[in-house]
Amino acid sequence: MSAKARAAAVLLTPFFALFTVVMVIPIGYAVRLSLFTEQQSGLGFGGTHTVFSGLGNYAAALGDHAFRDGFLVLLGYCALYLPLLLAGALTLALLLDSALARARRFFQLALFLPHAVPGIIAALIWVYLYTPQLSPVVAAMESGGLGFDFLSPSGALPSVVNIALWEWLGYNMVIFYAALQAIDRSVIEAATVDGAGAWRVATAVKLPLIRSSLVMVALFTVIGSLQLFTEPLILNQGSGSAVTSSWTPNMYAYTAAFARNDYGLAAASSVLLALAAALLSFCVTRLSARSARGPRPPLAHPKGRP
Amino acid sequence: MALPPRTAVTGPAAPAPVRPSRTPAVRTAARRPRGRWLSPAAVNAALALAVLYTLFPLVWLVTAATKDAGGLLAGDALSFEGFDLAGNLSRLATEGGGIYFRWYANSLLYAGAGAALCALICVAAGYAFDKYRFPGKEKLFGAVLLGVLVPTTALALPLYLLASRTGMVNTYWSVLVPVLVNPFGVYLARVFSAGYIPDEALEAARIDGAGELRVFWSIGLRMVAPGLVTVFLFQFTAIWNNFFLPLVMLSDQRLFPVSLGLYAWHGNAHGEPSFYPLVVTGSLLAVIPLIIAFVTLQRHWKAGLAAGSVQ
Repeated sequence: MSAKARAAAVLLTPFFALFTVVMVIPIGYAVRLSLFTEQQSGLGFGGTHTVFSGLGNYAAALGDHAFRDGFLVLLGYCALYLPLLLAGALTLALLLDSALARARRFFQLALFLPHAVPGIIAALIWVYLYTPQLSPVVAAMESGGLGFDFLSPSGALPSVVNIALWEWLGYNMVIFYAALQAIDRSVIEAATVDGAGAWRVATAVKLPLIRSSLVMVALFTVIGSLQLFTEPLILNQGSGSAVTSSWTPNMYAYTAAFARNDYGLAAASSVLLALAAALLSFCVTRLSARSARGPRPPLAHPKGRP
Repeated sequence: MALPPRTAVTGPAAPAPVRPSRTPAVRTAARRPRGRWLSPAAVNAALALAVLYTLFPLVWLVTAATKDAGGLLAGDALSFEGFDLAGNLSRLATEGGGIYFRWYANSLLYAGAGAALCALICVAAGYAFDKYRFPGKEKLFGAVLLGVLVPTTALALPLYLLASRTGMVNTYWSVLVPVLVNPFGVYLARVFSAGYIPDEALEAARIDGAGELRVFWSIGLRMVAPGLVTVFLFQFTAIWNNFFLPLVMLSDQRLFPVSLGLYAWHGNAHGEPSFYPLVVTGSLLAVIPLIIAFVTLQRHWKAGLAAGSVQ
């Protein structure tokens, strides 16, 4: 073994040792757990024993309408959240990139700040802003004749979407803005010389050039959405009726494990969730690879950033 | 008030004078009649509305933290009625035998030590991926990238069960060890290593007779320091914000990070409204270090997001 190979091995070992312990083994363990089920013998006096149940837990999870409804909630959540987030972040990034914007550093920082707020605290702040006794917002809306119960079962979805939007709008705006800044300015000048207006430059030149950022943000947003847990948990704790304890698949798995102690079912639903994420990312990367045309954006150089 | 109308951009705007702008691209555009609604006033007004949306809850957090339970429940958080910041802080310090500041110290420990170790581990791996050639390298890197896509919450339950088998559940280690791994950090570190460390510098050190690990330690690590800070910052935030893992792993309140402690207090607030000001003031204190980090280290998170955006 050469000195270089030895050095590479030494430098990679800490990461891959931990990677194995914290990611690879748990995934394998989750798959194994999902194939077994705990059975109580007799009337429950003889303790429990573990029996192989094959795909029984998967059938149980998929057969439970509470679990399936969780995916419907996620579907509704994504249908509402994804367009708002992408359009909002993209619009803000294009505005900031338009050369008409002033105080760009201030705008970037102010829009990004919510991302520094821990998710649980963001959820707490907004739940307080949704609670009629505590909130100046609800009071202002009511005096303006806009009664909306954020904490009702039908208000829960928009309420959660708003919290997520608040947390992630600026973060994704900064990603899009960085990609826009990496575009070769001569391309934009050429389009302008050809007579393209600002709107046309944005839609026909800039947007196609930051496609890969758009696809990546959409992908990570959807994977993140699958894990929806903290915000609805706070809503669940807050009102008791706005959301159920199995409102999202992740909450279903948590409840199965820690309220019902059914680890097999919890593992099976976790694996199904991870599979859904894998399937989605496979489809998205496939789609984007197939339709990728034109030059890829130049690789942003860390040192090149202002 | 909370949601800025997005139509503001397209709404009629006063015809603004064509001012000389920085790039020729937009000067031409502004002269065209179609581009008139894209006036500086409209653009900046739209951005300001979005800022109002992002900053309003934070402003509310600051003013609400100065109120006693009565003032908070009156819902008039933007006035200074019932001003009692000192009272809130002293109750925060004494409630539960001062447990809040223990949570705070725990968060600093988890996030500080966890992010420092994680950044070092990621940078070592990223450097190796960038500077060395070895068989199966890109396949191994592919495995790292796959790790980015694994939903972390799907891992928490099996991690909990593994930890309970090994007796690690409800210890500092159960929260600290899993956060040392960040596949995205390795990806970032590889990009940074390629950008910051010229191969010539390493060659020069080798010619001077330095061993490979010494070259990494005294040349590579020094040159990639801004990347190290970036990975640290991202991981620090991730750990400070971490909620699901401690929720699953910890039952001893003395080991809680701030996020979990505030969640527990929030659960009390329904029966006991005096917990509301504690949660709000505690939230404000928990947000401050991250806001300071992001304001002072702007260059680093922007570089990190930029590197992440061009996969």
